[in-house]
Amino acid sequence: MSTTAQHLQKHRQRIIETWMKNQLTDAALRDDLMSNDELRSQSDELLTALLRAFNSGNFDDVYSSDYDQVIEILNDISITRARQGFSPRETGQYVISLKKAVNEVLEEELKDDPGALYQETRKTDSVLDSLSMITFETFIKGREEVIFRQTDEINEISTPVIRVWDGILALPIIGTLDSARTQIVMENLLQEIVNTGSSIAILDISGVPAVDSLVAQHLIKTVSATRLMGAECIISGIRAEIAQTIVHLGIDLSNIKTKATLASALQLAFSMTNVEVRKINRNAGFKLMK
Amino acid sequence: MDRIPILKMGPFLLVTIQVDLYDRLALTLENDLISMVSQTGAKGVLIDISAVTIVDSFMGRILGNIASMSRIMDAETVVVGMQPAVAITLVELGLTLQGVYTALDVEKGMDLLYNKIGIIDVLEEDDQEEEPDDCND
Repeated sequence: MSTTAQHLQKHRQRIIETWMKNQLTDAALRDDLMSNDELRSQSDELLTALLRAFNSGNFDDVYSSDYDQVIEILNDISITRARQGFSPRETGQYVISLKKAVNEVLEEELKDDPGALYQETRKTDSVLDSLSMITFETFIKGREEVIFRQTDEINEISTPVIRVWDGILALPIIGTLDSARTQIVMENLLQEIVNTGSSIAILDISGVPAVDSLVAQHLIKTVSATRLMGAECIISGIRAEIAQTIVHLGIDLSNIKTKATLASALQLAFSMTNVEVRKINRNAGFKLMK
Repeated sequence: MDRIPILKMGPFLLVTIQVDLYDRLALTLENDLISMVSQTGAKGVLIDISAVTIVDSFMGRILGNIASMSRIMDAETVVVGMQPAVAITLVELGLTLQGVYTALDVEKGMDLLYNKIGIIDVLEEDDQEEEPDDCND
């Protein structure tokens, strides 16, 4: 058993008390997100694993198997914290406050031997620094997972297919079109065409901030797929800037029906399905009734 | 060997593909269909692929071939009932089947064919009517 581990094992209780005190006095403590008991048992578990790892005498490589358990516990903690909405500072503080507690105990224990104190502190410091790095890494990974999940959700929500008329579907696209999103848009649209037996689909791109050659290619793909299904596709909502970009980039949309507004696209769709919309003169009706 | 039946319906030929096409079957279909077009003098070919769930570039090419060959022999081709997944696959493969008419289901496909043939017939009649007028002038 290494001497460091012995010192720390002896004062295990004090470390945990100091650590808890550090955490509880910290202004950033989020007792709304986690109860003190929960925090205590979590801290206790981590410290036990850490002392066991210190016991092995390995202070150089935290990625070795000695630290497997510590890292596992830390990963769990930081991922849960990321999901619960802790800030990075709060999560980082968790490990850093342990360092403080460990250093305090070592200082007390080795106050007569500054050389040994320096050695011991350096060893534990390097380990705890690496551990806080790992905590951060996992925390960010956890946050990224949350972001990915939200992106998925946005993709799901943001592609509604609307049935505007019997046999006419409209699909307003809002936000940038990337290949993953095009895939979802295409699948939803084609499925809806099958479900409703619609013969015309209007793709409205007024909500697409910019059209580059890639986005245009995606649009062309969607139009081609719709055509293969046996339905016509009209692209509407082309703003002046977008028209400029398309021409400047030399994108050929000549064999796709395009309209400036959804209204004119709908009008085109009506004439294609032989539907007429006209105004009724109500006044004429009144006169007749009198 | 398996064959896909080709039905004659008035001026049209109707093919419903109920199995997944493998290469040999597709080639046989191409041959059979073209010889049927020439035998019957059909004006239109309607291919129902609503039961086809798997498609590859070869199959896409065969469909394109059938359409081009039929057009040379004065028959229009309509492909009906393509599944969304199949459409996406074909687009991803870069096969947009230019020159092939498409429709959602057999009914709409038949309407489309009647329209195409109808328009051509009307045009031919117009031409014939105009000729006597010219003579009178």
